[in-house]
Order: sequence, then C-alpha cells, then structure tokens
Amino acid sequence: MTDRRLTDLMPPLAFGFAVLAIWELGVRLLHVPAIILPPPSAIAARFATSIPTLAADFWQTIKGALIGYAIGCAAGVAVAVLVDRSGFLKRGLLPLGNFASALPIVGIAPIMVMWFGFDWPSKAAVVVVMTFFPMLVNTVAGLGSAGAMERDLMKTYGADYWQTLLALRLPSALPFIFNALKINTTLAMIGAIVAEDFGTPIVGMGFRISAEVGHLGIDMVWATILVAALTGSLFYALVAGVERQATFWHASYRAKEAT
Amino acid sequence: MKSALPVAVVLLAIIAVWYVAAALMNAPLQRDAYANAGRVDYSARELIVDSLNMERPKLPGPHQVVAELYRSVALTAPSSKRSLLYHGLITLEETLIGFAIGAALGIGLAILIVSMRWLERSAMPWIVASQTVPIIALAPMIVVILNQFDITGVAPKAVIAAYLSFFPITVGMVKGFRSPDPLQLDLMRTYSATRLQTFLKLRAPASAPFFFASMKIGAAAAVVGAIVAELTKSEDGGLGARLLEGSYYGQTVQIWAALFVGAALSAALVGLIGRIARATEQRMGLVP
Repeated sequence: MTDRRLTDLMPPLAFGFAVLAIWELGVRLLHVPAIILPPPSAIAARFATSIPTLAADFWQTIKGALIGYAIGCAAGVAVAVLVDRSGFLKRGLLPLGNFASALPIVGIAPIMVMWFGFDWPSKAAVVVVMTFFPMLVNTVAGLGSAGAMERDLMKTYGADYWQTLLALRLPSALPFIFNALKINTTLAMIGAIVAEDFGTPIVGMGFRISAEVGHLGIDMVWATILVAALTGSLFYALVAGVERQATFWHASYRAKEAT
Repeated sequence: MKSALPVAVVLLAIIAVWYVAAALMNAPLQRDAYANAGRVDYSARELIVDSLNMERPKLPGPHQVVAELYRSVALTAPSSKRSLLYHGLITLEETLIGFAIGAALGIGLAILIVSMRWLERSAMPWIVASQTVPIIALAPMIVVILNQFDITGVAPKAVIAAYLSFFPITVGMVKGFRSPDPLQLDLMRTYSATRLQTFLKLRAPASAPFFFASMKIGAAAAVVGAIVAELTKSEDGGLGARLLEGSYYGQTVQIWAALFVGAALSAALVGLIGRIARATEQRMGLVP
C-alpha cells in the first residue's frame, strides 16, 4: 500500500521539479527581468525574509474566509433542511439557487465593504453569500438521495420526521454536503481575496498583491500567491480528510480500499 | 413549466424582503438627513417613502435599480461612457474572447492528457490541485506583466478570463474523454480500431455531457475573470470598472445596476449553452 502510494507520487513530483527547474534556468539564461518573472529561488528568498508580513496578511484574510465559510455553509444546510419540508419552496428556490451559482457574486464586494466596513467582517459577508448557494443546492439534492427502501424502513420503525432526518437523510446527504464544502473552500479564498480590492486596513493577501503589483515588487506578489496556494490546498485537503473519516462507507472510498 | 409559479412566488418574496430591508437600512440615514434639514414633523409614511428614494442609500430599493438600469441602458447612447450597455459590451467582448481561448486550450490539453499516459500521471494531480488554489489572485499581476509587453486594452482581461475558464474545462473534458466504460473500449479493440478512431467515434461523442457542463462552468468563470481583471485596470471601462467607480464615490445605485447587468450577462451565456446542450443531446439521442 505505502509502496504503491510512493510510486503514485513520483511522476507528479518529478513533473513539479521539472517545471521549477525549467523556470529557474529559463529565467536565468534568457535574462528575463525580475519585474516580469522572478526565478523561483528569488521568490523563496523573499518568502523566507518576509514571513512576519506574510503571516499577518494570512491571518487577516483567513479570518474573513473561515468565518464567512462557517456561516455560509451552516446557513446553507439550515435553509436546505427547512426548504426540504415544502415541495413548493423547493421547486421555487432550487432554480434560483442554481441560477445564483452561475452569477459573478464577487461583484457584491463593494456593497459589503460599504455595509460592514474595511475590516474582515465585510470579507466574511462576501464569503457567506458566495458559499451559501452551492451548499443550499447540494444539501437539497443530498436530502433527496436516500432511497425509497430506506425511507420505508424508517416508516416501519415508526420514526418521526426528525428521527428520519437525523438517522437516515442527513447521513445519506453527507457526500453531497462534503462536495459543497470542498467547492466552497476555493470560493471562500477567492471571495476573501477579491473583496480586499475594494478597501482594507493595510494588511491582507489581496491587499498585498495589489499593493506590491503597484510598485512592481513582483517577487513579493509571487510569495503571497504561494501562501494563498498553500492555504487553499491545505484548506481543501483538510475538508477532504474529514470527508474520508465521515463518509468512509461511501462507494467511492470502499472501491479504493478493495483494490 | 411546473416550477414557474413557485419561482415567481419566491422571487416576489425576495423583492418584498428587499423593500423591507431597504427601508430599515436607510431610515437612520434619512432621519439624519431630516435632522440636518431641521425637520422634525415628518410622518412614518414620509420617512419610508423618502428612505426608498435616497440618492445614495445604503441599500437602494428595487425600483431605483430598475430606474437606473433603464436610464443607463435605454436612455443613454451605447457609445457614451455613462451607458451600462457600453461597459457591458466591453465585459462581454473580454469574456467571449477569453472563453474561446480558454475552451480551446482546455480541450486541447485534455486531449493531450488522455492520449499520453505519462502526462496524465505527472500533470493531472497538479491540474486538480490548482483548482483548490485561488488563481484569481494572479489576475492583477498578469495585467501588469502584460502591460510590460505593451499588451493593453481587451487582451489582458481576455487572458485572465481564459485562464480562469481553462482549468475547469480541462478537468471536465479529461473526465468526459475517460467516461466510456471498459466494455465499450473493448468493443472498439475487437473492431481493431486505431487510437484515433476510438477517440473520434467513442471518446469524443461520449464526452458531450461533460463538454456542456464544463462549458457552463467555464463561461461563468470567464465572466468573473473579466470583471475582476477590470478592477485592476479600471480606466478601460467595463462592469468591474463601474463597480470600482461606484464604490469610490458611494454610488450604490450604480453598483447594483452594474451587478444586475453582470448577472444578466452570465445568465445569458450559461442559458445559451444550456439550450445548445439540450438541442445537441436530443439529436444525439442522449435525452428523450
């Protein structure tokens, strides 16, 4: 198992190193100016020397992203459970929810900055709106995914609505909920970073990127992007890890264990 | 159209909530305005009506947004910089060019990946991982870098729109090309079909549902990319520039109007792709 995992890891790692090497060599051999594309070594050096700034930016942005993510996802699940009781509301809200997920919701950032000020609450508000709709749509789909047979079984047990919900329908909705949780990790980071373009206290990853682009500190921009990329991937990996623990029974994991 | 009535009811409810929220949020501002004007003898009705018709409200009433839309789309010449149509068309142009590039690159890379085993094993994990990265953070930098090469105007924004739509399309199309099941692939082998024939006759048609699903995601992403790119270079106009301008000058009605045009743009693109998808899938016999 571990051997197999190692051999699976080798090609992507080699590919990553190859890209970095070509980047470094290409920039050095072709004398590309650092304003256009700094070599990876320069970005790493810049990263190492500006850890305090990067950490402060990280906390500022992650605060808004995480709090917004928690509120948005919780609200999405809650509204889905409420809406699920009424077929009428479900038919009315679902098309709108699907519609909303195609909209450029980041655009509400300037409005949220006006309402909640420059600091992280306005970023959290943008993230709440962005993460709400995917969660709503997925949870409603998930609540409907329990099979007729299982529902009948619950009925023969004399289970009431809430017992069925807790014991059967929410667990069977978990794969859908986790799907939305995973999609929302990226949306939360995007929302929090873009919202900083519309005004921030002078800290935060989105602020850092636009400020450093302004005076051509491109190595610092790349260092911030590295932080954003690491944060985004870790956030996603964390949710995926919890999903693996919580939905170990799901077919997509069972199949992997079997082979 | 079983859901037309419920959707209409929910929409009406949203508008009603919007009006209540607008009145509640603007009332303190309006009270201050009355106090500044030295008025104390206003009735509740007056307060509500005035709160819903402020010039710079916290939350404009729906009718104000509609009026602003009408004024800046229908009453202003499309060539004027005050016309939302003018800015909307700029954003549409960037979106369409970027989307076309992103779709072509995305499908091309997906074809490369499914035809070269080593590329899938080495590059695919990175492409999937890159989905978790807020790539939009790169937008301002790309605009500035392209500026160094004297690439200005529509091109840098189209590049960002392309960049944002590219990843979901690649991932979706790789899934689509891989969707035929082993039985069908074996059948192709018993026909001694070449790899190219297998691709053209089995993999490509089988990827149609994935194609349209990723086109929808890609189009929506391209709109977001174009709007965010316009924030960085706002002097060229576009819906993003209108948003930024509105936020600088506290013109909330203008922001909401620009938001609605952006939403309409995105919805029109996704809706159009949905229609093409349904027509194509019907002709292919995938759906009744």
